Amino acid sequence: MTRFLYILILSVLTLAPLNASASESEQGGSGVDAKELIFDHLGDGYGWEVPFNHHVRMPLPIIVKGSDGWHIFSSSHLQHGEAYTDGSATFVIGGEDSQFKGKVVEIVNGQELRPFDISITKNVCALFITVALVIGLMMWLASFYRRNGMKAPRRGLGAIESLLTFVYEGVIKSILGPDGRRFAPYLLTVFFLIFFMNILGLIVVFPGGANLTGNVAVTLTLATLTFLVTNIFATKHYWLEMFWPDVPVWLKFPLFPIMQLIEVFGMFTKPAALTVRLFANMMGGHMIVLVLTLLIFIFSGLFGAGVGAGTTVISLAFSIFMLLLDCLVSFIQAYVFTMLSTIFISLAQVHVHHAPEAAN
Amino acid sequence: MELFTPDFGLVFWMFVAFAVLFFILWKCAWPMILKTVDSRADLIDKGVEYAQRAKEQLDNARAEAKSIIDEARRQQGEMIRESEKLKTQMVEQARSAAKAEAQKEMDSAKMQIAQQRKEAEHQFRNLVSELALQIASKVVEDQMKDSSAQTKLVNQLLDKIESKN
Repeated sequence: MTRFLYILILSVLTLAPLNASASESEQGGSGVDAKELIFDHLGDGYGWEVPFNHHVRMPLPIIVKGSDGWHIFSSSHLQHGEAYTDGSATFVIGGEDSQFKGKVVEIVNGQELRPFDISITKNVCALFITVALVIGLMMWLASFYRRNGMKAPRRGLGAIESLLTFVYEGVIKSILGPDGRRFAPYLLTVFFLIFFMNILGLIVVFPGGANLTGNVAVTLTLATLTFLVTNIFATKHYWLEMFWPDVPVWLKFPLFPIMQLIEVFGMFTKPAALTVRLFANMMGGHMIVLVLTLLIFIFSGLFGAGVGAGTTVISLAFSIFMLLLDCLVSFIQAYVFTMLSTIFISLAQVHVHHAPEAAN
Repeated sequence: MELFTPDFGLVFWMFVAFAVLFFILWKCAWPMILKTVDSRADLIDKGVEYAQRAKEQLDNARAEAKSIIDEARRQQGEMIRESEKLKTQMVEQARSAAKAEAQKEMDSAKMQIAQQRKEAEHQFRNLVSELALQIASKVVEDQMKDSSAQTKLVNQLLDKIESKN
């Protein structure tokens, strides 16, 4: 049975690139624009791709504030470069040579103007789905505890709980100590949101497939939140140590302004590191899988169908390997983001050490 | 490049979505979950501590029981030895007492015997002296009459004495 399946899958896979290259050559034989395809998949969009169909997209609402106020309409009106006139404003999605390529623009006097755009794009929609999923799972866990007291859940909930205790006991409590309970809601929310965004990003079809954590806007927002939490809840002593450290005055005199500058700079590099780490890791993972898949089409375009068929097997194996690795990376990056956030918060939780000062 | 320049719409919705997510979970889920996880961790810690203490106590009790048994065994041995000693002592005592008693008895018997013997000797001497006197008187009487008869008499008397003794 497995042998039969194996042969079936292989034959389908060897036929697929043939068709692709055939249609490619019909379109002019220009080969595959790998860069375009990859960034199209990694990027955002007004509509959600449907499997096996490049023309139809699931419509999503577009919310823009044009020159004459707010407009809300379905993205289906803007498909295939069509212009849509809502009231007196005309909107179109920026074309290949546009400055705002792939974004909704308003046509005013023949000029393209970028409106104030808070559309529910594919990424936003995926974000909502993830948020709903996280809320659902956590409420489920909470209601389980409410019903069963301290009993440990099994199966799916058990997995969620073991993740939770792994982060809560292993990271939050061990780094923050008694402060852990105060910051746990924020940190656990961040962990589960990132984790499920990562995992859903790996699923190719509808509820997933959005490259959310590989988008700098998302990671920047999360890092900004950590920055805010860190500095809003920072203790007085933390600021004191930063701007007026406990060293003799004559010692701090020559370097004092530079030190403060460095401290303030350090305040901002921490969230920047958080932003780039998560973003680059997740985007890199997605990109590698896409490139490996595209290798089939690139090779069959360059050397013919035979080579493409051979490449299929190899790149499929590598893609699966990379996707499995990405599952691991999804967890690790969520874990690392939470851990670094915890460390940054704990660094700002400086409490006065009474004992040594009393001894002096 | 769109990926590297944060899109305002996404940032805005990210803030909103996170705020909603955080608020809902903060109100409805985290207190219950964290309370349960914390109290369970507490319970487990306490359980481990309790088990450790119980094991310690058990070990202590075992050692204590062992020491008690050892002590009892030691005492038992001591008592046996003591009673053994006592027994031999008593036997010894009884034996010596009996010996002393017997000695006393023997001594008194000896004394009695000696006394009686003295008495007998005394009586015997009296008797002999009386007899001697009688014989002497008879001899003297007969000597006066006939010497042969006297001799005869003396012999007769001597025979008598001999047969008497």
